[in-house]
Amino acid sequence: MLQIMEGSHAVAEAAKLCRPEVVSAYPITPQTHIVERLAEMVADGELDAEYLCVDSELSALSVCLGSSAAGSRVYSATSSQGLMLMAEVVFNVAGMRQPIIMSIANRALGAPLSIWNDQQDSLSLRDSGWFQLYGEDVQEMTDQHFIAYKAAERHDVLLPGFVCFDGFILSHTYEPVDIPTQEEIDAYLPPYVPYNKLDAKSPLSMGMYATPDYYMEFRYETDLAMQRAGNAISEVGKEFGEMFGRDYSMHTESYRMDDADVAFVALGSICGTVKDAIDEMRADGIKAGLVKIRTYRPFPAKEIAHALAGVPKVAVLEKNISLGTSMKGIVGLEVKDALTGTGIDVYSYVVGLGGRDIRKKDIRAIAALAEKGEGNMFYGLRTELL
Amino acid sequence: MTAAELIATAAFKSGVYSQAFPAFGVERRGAPVQAFVRFSDEKIRLRSQIYEPDYIIVQDSSLIADVNVFSGLKEGSIVLVNTDKDTVEDVPDGVNLITIDATSLALEILGLPITNTTLMGAFAAATGEIGLEALEEALSERFSGSLAEKNIAAARRAYELIQEGQ
Repeated sequence: MLQIMEGSHAVAEAAKLCRPEVVSAYPITPQTHIVERLAEMVADGELDAEYLCVDSELSALSVCLGSSAAGSRVYSATSSQGLMLMAEVVFNVAGMRQPIIMSIANRALGAPLSIWNDQQDSLSLRDSGWFQLYGEDVQEMTDQHFIAYKAAERHDVLLPGFVCFDGFILSHTYEPVDIPTQEEIDAYLPPYVPYNKLDAKSPLSMGMYATPDYYMEFRYETDLAMQRAGNAISEVGKEFGEMFGRDYSMHTESYRMDDADVAFVALGSICGTVKDAIDEMRADGIKAGLVKIRTYRPFPAKEIAHALAGVPKVAVLEKNISLGTSMKGIVGLEVKDALTGTGIDVYSYVVGLGGRDIRKKDIRAIAALAEKGEGNMFYGLRTELL
Repeated sequence: MTAAELIATAAFKSGVYSQAFPAFGVERRGAPVQAFVRFSDEKIRLRSQIYEPDYIIVQDSSLIADVNVFSGLKEGSIVLVNTDKDTVEDVPDGVNLITIDATSLALEILGLPITNTTLMGAFAAATGEIGLEALEEALSERFSGSLAEKNIAAARRAYELIQEGQ
């Protein structure tokens, strides 16, 4: 049943329904409402979990890592600078193959200080070994938590995952969302069965020292696990669709791609604005379409190449900047790589950094730039400030 | 932001899709902020801020001197201003101005100068977008006990005041 709820509270409900045994997080705007609500749920006895208050994000994810290694299902949430402070542990969690799920309320990175949205934080940790899902609306980002746990905990995966959604734009928006019941989620997501765990009666070590004779094989196996995570996300996304009517078997979603002359590629909440802009452009005879990326890691290169086959121009909307690269955007480089040899022109457009609003007219203007072959640029700069 | 959330909740309870979101992340009561609400019969996908509103609620008329709150208004748009005066300067031609002394009403009924619920009642009456029943339902979900009763009374009183004036 649809109910109206703030995005952050929907995420807290989703986290609760997944029955985490340990929650540890440090509050940071715009993630705060999620962890406040979870702390209330634990205090009120609504959620039977250990909520560990800590001194920093570094400690929060360290607590999560230890708890996961001891065999618990673990949840955390952060944003921006908080994720950067966790970075050392982020890589360790993946290397130790602990299926922790962490919500990322996407926010720009300092300096200059910004509390507003872009996706620099999670995209900067694209090589950390966590799979990454991006939600377009409150419904999708809520559902992705259930999918993330189910995929992460499969013994052929055992990798952690980020569930990413745009800070403020989704975390602080009230909109209708269908929250499954506990019975439904219990039927979908069984209790966590660790592959192995820290146990005093049967001691083992995790995250040990690996000499040059061993290190590379660990990294190789983690990469294989990441590739299997793609299949797992797809399979559990399909299963979710069969149970709840919202199918997530694809890592991408194609919108009005038939005969498109220009295709947008984007992640997250901007996709809604793009869809509305596409409807208007189509009504005016401009054949535009969208390929939305839901799973960014592992990168669904084959699916993207298939979705974009035959489209002359591709405009990748980037809420990030890869400073010093030719295309400027992180995602565009990977889309271009996926399309190698096809002759399709791929351009990145850096938009919406630090919360700069993106309107339908901006999407239209970018389509026109792509048609003219102008790209790999910032869009929407206030040139009077430069 | 609370007012926007309450309006979106009441609109949703009236049977339409709605979306409410803040423009600025200053989560401190009393700081100048903008918040936006959309209603639609269909699922709302658009995430940009609102530049050409059908309705504007100004919770503190002292902002009018500092911020161009009337920007983007169209002919026939409704502006609801919380003020103890009868007129408001700089309202564009063709725009319907409705004033209410929501602060005095809130002080009288709630005992606090918090105008979210009174303005919500006034908005419902001025625009016809939300029914009184849906509004009361949204308030009973948000508040409990005597606080809910007081807020419902404040909203109803403002609703009636605006209806009488029309």
